[in-house]
Amino acid sequence: MGAKGGRAFEGLEKAALVAGAGLLLGACSGPQSALDPAGREAAEVARLFWVMLAGAAIIWLAVIGTAVFAGRFQKTPLGERAGLRIVLWAGAIIPTLILAALLTFGLRLMPVLRAGEPALTVHVSGEQYWWRVTYRTAQGEVETANELRLPAGRPAEILLDSADVIHSFWIPALAGKLDMIPGRTNRLVLNPERTGTYRGVCAEFCGRAHAFMAFSVEVMEPAAFEAWLARERAPAAATADAGAFLANGCGGCHSVRGTPATGTIGPDLTHVAARPTLGAGLLANTPANRRRFVSETEKLKPGVRMPAFGALESDQLDAIDAYLGSLR
Amino acid sequence: MSAVEPRTETDDARMRREEAELRAAWETPRGWRHFSACNNQTVGLWYTGASFFFFLFAGVLALIIRAQLAVPGNDLVSPGTYNQLFTLHGTMMMFLFAVPIFEAVAILILPQMLAARDLPFPRLSAFGFWCFLIGGVFVGGSILFNAAPDSGWFMYPPLATDTEQTGIGADIWLLGLSFIEIASIAAAVELIVGVLKCRPPGMRINLMPLYAWYVLIVGGMILFAFPPLIAGDILFEMQRLFDWPFFDAARGGDPVLWQHLFWIFGHPEVYIIFLPSIALLAMIVPTFARRPILGYGWIVLAAVGTGFLSFGLWAHHMFTIGLPWLSLGFFSAASEAVAIPTGVQIFVFVATLLAGRAIFSIPMLFATGALAIFVFGGLTGVMVALAPFDWQAHDSYFIVAHLHYTLIGGMFFPLIAGLYYFYPFVVGRMLSARLGRWSFWLMFAGFNIAFLPMHITGLRGMPRRVYTYPEGLGWDWLNLVSTVGAFTMAAGVLVMVWDALRPGKPRAPRNPWNAGTLEWVAGDPSEPWGIRSVPPIRSRYPLWDQPNLIREIDEGKFYLPGAPEGKRETLITDVLDATPLQVLRVPGNSFKPLIAAVLIGGSFIATTFHWWLLAIASGALGIAAIMVWLWTGTAAIPEKPERGAGLGVTLPLYASGPASVGWWAMFITMVGDGTAFISLVFAYFYYWTIHPAFPPAGMAPPDGALMLGGGAAALAAWAAMLGARRANGGGHAGRVRLLIGAAALLSVAGAALLLLAPWQAGLDPVAHVYPATVWVLVLWTALHLGVGVLMQGYCLAGALAGRLTARHDIDLRNVVLYGHFAFLTVATTLAVLVLAPRAT
Repeated sequence: MGAKGGRAFEGLEKAALVAGAGLLLGACSGPQSALDPAGREAAEVARLFWVMLAGAAIIWLAVIGTAVFAGRFQKTPLGERAGLRIVLWAGAIIPTLILAALLTFGLRLMPVLRAGEPALTVHVSGEQYWWRVTYRTAQGEVETANELRLPAGRPAEILLDSADVIHSFWIPALAGKLDMIPGRTNRLVLNPERTGTYRGVCAEFCGRAHAFMAFSVEVMEPAAFEAWLARERAPAAATADAGAFLANGCGGCHSVRGTPATGTIGPDLTHVAARPTLGAGLLANTPANRRRFVSETEKLKPGVRMPAFGALESDQLDAIDAYLGSLR
Repeated sequence: MSAVEPRTETDDARMRREEAELRAAWETPRGWRHFSACNNQTVGLWYTGASFFFFLFAGVLALIIRAQLAVPGNDLVSPGTYNQLFTLHGTMMMFLFAVPIFEAVAILILPQMLAARDLPFPRLSAFGFWCFLIGGVFVGGSILFNAAPDSGWFMYPPLATDTEQTGIGADIWLLGLSFIEIASIAAAVELIVGVLKCRPPGMRINLMPLYAWYVLIVGGMILFAFPPLIAGDILFEMQRLFDWPFFDAARGGDPVLWQHLFWIFGHPEVYIIFLPSIALLAMIVPTFARRPILGYGWIVLAAVGTGFLSFGLWAHHMFTIGLPWLSLGFFSAASEAVAIPTGVQIFVFVATLLAGRAIFSIPMLFATGALAIFVFGGLTGVMVALAPFDWQAHDSYFIVAHLHYTLIGGMFFPLIAGLYYFYPFVVGRMLSARLGRWSFWLMFAGFNIAFLPMHITGLRGMPRRVYTYPEGLGWDWLNLVSTVGAFTMAAGVLVMVWDALRPGKPRAPRNPWNAGTLEWVAGDPSEPWGIRSVPPIRSRYPLWDQPNLIREIDEGKFYLPGAPEGKRETLITDVLDATPLQVLRVPGNSFKPLIAAVLIGGSFIATTFHWWLLAIASGALGIAAIMVWLWTGTAAIPEKPERGAGLGVTLPLYASGPASVGWWAMFITMVGDGTAFISLVFAYFYYWTIHPAFPPAGMAPPDGALMLGGGAAALAAWAAMLGARRANGGGHAGRVRLLIGAAALLSVAGAALLLLAPWQAGLDPVAHVYPATVWVLVLWTALHLGVGVLMQGYCLAGALAGRLTARHDIDLRNVVLYGHFAFLTVATTLAVLVLAPRAT
C-alpha cells in the first residue's frame, strides 16, 4: 500500500506539471493514438475531429454564455415574440443547418476512407486472447501471430473474423475499428502511410484477459516488408534443440513449421523470436520474459488458456527458452 | 358544499369533520404494518430512497474502478472482480437508478401536480416497488458473493451465453433484470393512466404541467422500449438454460440479433432517462424565471419528437459491426437529427429565462451546471453520430466520457436540481443553500476533472473495460487525474447526502419558491390525504393565475372534500378535456402486493439456481396471491351507484369498459406485451434474412393441420368470450357461465394443438435456430392462451359468486380486451409459421 501511495503521489505532482504545460498539445502523440495518425483514414478522421472540436467549442461557449447571462446578469426581460424567435433560430434552424453540413461532409468522407485496390490480403482471426494473422500471398498462406506488418503506401485488405467470442480490431494510428464476429467475415482496407511501430488492441470486451489482447503493428518500407514476408514464409531454422519443447507437449497447441510441432490451438511459433512482443502485446520479447511467460502464464495474463509450466525443472525451462529464442 | 353536508353544520365543524374523515381513510399504517402501505406518497418515498441507495452503491463500485485505474499495472482488484465491477456499475446505474428514479419521483410528485388523491393503482405501485427492491438487492448483492454478472451491461453473446466462461452472474442479470423490467412496465402503466385519467377538472390536456407531458411520453417509450429487451432476455435465457442456439452462429443463430434487440431497447432507454430530468427542469425554470414557460407547444412537440426519433437510432451503437454504407448513412443522419428537438428544449429554457426576471437559487445552480455538462456531451454526441469518427471513438474512453457527460448532465444534475427543488414539499424542510453550493462545486469540478481528460485518453487509444493498462502509452497521468476527479465528485455527493439526512433543518414554508403549479398546494407532508379538495383548473400555473386557490382548497371548497364513507377515493376525468367522470374507489393498504412480489421474485431467483420445483411452486403461489389480491382489492361493487363529488356534481362510483381505468391499464399493458411478441416475430424474420432458405433445407415447418386446428379453437374461444359479454349485457347469467366455460376449454384445446404442431413435425430446438424460433413463438402463443384461461376462470368464479352483473362487468370486459390481443397473437403466429414458409 505504501509503495502504491508513493507512486500515486509522484503521479499527482507529475499530473499537475503536465496539465499546466498544456493539455492538448502534448497529449496527442503515442504509438496507439488516433490523434497521431500514420494512415489515411486515421489522418482524415483526426482532421475531422479537430474541425468538429473547434465548432463544438464555439457552440458551447455561445449556448452556456447565453444561459448564464439569462440566469444571472440579464435585467430587462425579453418580449415573448423575441423569445420564441430565439427558440426557432438557435434551437431549430441553426442546428439543422450545421448538422446538415456536417453530415454531408462526414458521409461523403465515408466511402473514401476505406477505398483502395488492395495489394495485400491479411486474414486476422480474433481468439481469446490473441490474434491469428495469416498473410494470403500468391505463394500460399503465411501464418504468424500477434503482429501485423504492412508495407507503407500500399492499401492492405484485412479480413476479420473470430474463433470464439466477439473481438474488435483496432489500430488507432491507422484507422477506426471493425468488429470480429463469429459467423461473419468483415473487410477493412488499411492505407498505412508513415513507417513506424504502432500498437493495436482488442476494443470489444472479450472476457477475463481482454486487457491483455494487443498486438504490434509495423509499417515498413515495401522492400523491407517483402524481405520480412519471405523470412516468415520459410520454415523454422532453429539453432537450439527442440527436445524439451516437444517433450513437454508444447507442440500439442503450437506449430513450428518444419518440426513435429503442429498444434493449432495457440499461436504459431515458427518465427516467435523475431516478434517484438510476447503474450499478445503483453511483454517485450526478451529471453527473461519468455521464460517468465512459460512458467508464470496465468499470473502474467489472468484468464489465458495456456497452462503455466512453472513446475518444470529449471534446465527444462532453459532449454525451452533457448529453443524459442532461436526461432528467428 | 358537499351533497351529504347537513345544512346546519358550521364551516369550521365541517372542515374538522372532513379532515378527520380523510385522515381516517388515508392514514399511513405505523410499526411493522408500515410496509403494507399502498399509497403513492409512501411508496414513492420508499422507491426514491431505494433507487438512490442503489445509486450510491453503484457509485462506490465506480470509485473502486477508478482506484484500480489510477496507475498503470495496478493490481488492487483482479480482472475477474473488475469485470464484475464495471458490469454491475453500468447495470445498476441504468436499471436500478436511472429508470426507477424517474418512476419513483413521478409516483411521488405526479399525483400532487395533478391534484389527485392517488394514482389509480396504488397496489400496483407497491407491487412494482417490492419487485424492484427484491430484484435490485438480488442483482446488486451478487457482487458480495463474487457472483455478479461479468460480461458487461450489454451482455454480448457468445461470451455471455457461454456457461463455461460466465457463471451464475449472467443468469442473475437476465432473470433479475427481467423481473425489474416487469416492475418498470407496471409503473409505466400506472403513470400513463394517471396522467390521462386523474387530472383535476378543467385541466385540459393542453393545460397539463410539462412534467405530466414528459411522464406520458416516457411512459409510452417504456412501453415500446422495454419489451424488445424482455424478448431478447427470453431468447438469451433459453440459450443459457436449454442450449437453444439463438445466438450461436454454428447452428444458424447470430450474435448480432442480440445487439439489435438490446439497442432497440438501449437507445430509447437513454432518452427514457434523459426526458424525465428535462421535465424537472421544465418545472424549475419557470419558477425561478418567474414567468410561464415560453413556447409550451414547442417543448411538448420537441419532447414527442425526441421520443420518436430515439427509436430510430439504435444502430449507432453498432457502427463497428460492419454495417452496409446505407445503414451507416441512415443511422448517422437520424442520430444527428435527434440533436434538433433537444436543442429546441434547451432553448425554450434559455428563452424563458431571457423573457423572465430570473432569480438565483440552488436548484438553478444545478440546472445551469446540468446545461454546461449536457451541452458538452451533446456536442461530442454529434461527433460520434458520424460513423467515421465513431469507428475511432467507439468502445474507447472517448465514449465513456461522452456518455457520462450526457447522463450526468442530462440526468443526474437535473435530478439533483429537482431534489433541492422538491425536497421542501416532500419532506417539509429546507436544504441548506451553503451546503448546496459546496456540494455543487465539488460535484461539478470533480465531474469535469474526472471525465474531461477521458476524451483524450480515449483518442490516445485506451479501450473501455480493460482492468489495467501498460505504462508508456500516454494514459498514465490522464487516468490519475480522472481518479482524483471521481473522488472529488464523490465528496460532493456525500455533502448532499449529509444535508438531505441531517436532522435540524429549518421547516419549509408553504410554496417556498413561489411556484405556480399545483404540487405546491401541499402543506404539511405528514397529512396523508394529498390534496384537501380537488380544485377546478383554468390555467397552466393555477397558483399564479387563480387567486385564493390555496385557501379555498384548504377550506374544502372544491371536489371530494371529505370521505363520508371512509373509503379512499380519487377523481377520474376525461382524457382530453378533464371533465369529471367518476369517483374511483382505490384500494387501501395491504400486504398482498408485498407477498405477491416475494413469491414471484422467489420464482425468478429459484430459476437462476435451477431449483425448478421451487421455481414452479413459488410462481404458482405468486399467481394465486395476485388472484387473491385482485379478488379482494379490485372491481368491488359499491354500496350505491353514485355519490355527490362536491360543487354540486354527482358522479358514478363504478365504471367499466373504456370508461374504467382498469380497461386502459389492460390496453396499455397489452400494447407492451404485443411489442415483446413483435420483437420475437422480428427475430424470426431476421433469421429469415440471414439464411438462404428459412426453414432451412431438410427442416419441415410445424404441422399445418394442427396449427390451423389450434387457430380455429382459439378463434372459437375468442368468439365465445364475445358471446359471453353480449349475453351478460342481456342479463342471461346461465348463458354467460356456459360461454366462459366453453371459452376456457377451447383455449386449452387451442394451446395444446399449437404445442403439438412442432412436436409432430419433429422440430428439435437444440439442433438449429429455425426449430428454436418456431418453438419460442408457439410457446409464447400457448402461454397467452393459458393466461387467458386463468382470466376466464377468474371471470367464471366471479359470475358464480354473483360479482358479475349486467352493469358490474369490469372483469369480463377487461378479459375480452385481453382476448382480442391474445387472438391477434395466435393469428400472427399462424401467419408467420404456416403462411410465411409457403410464400417463398
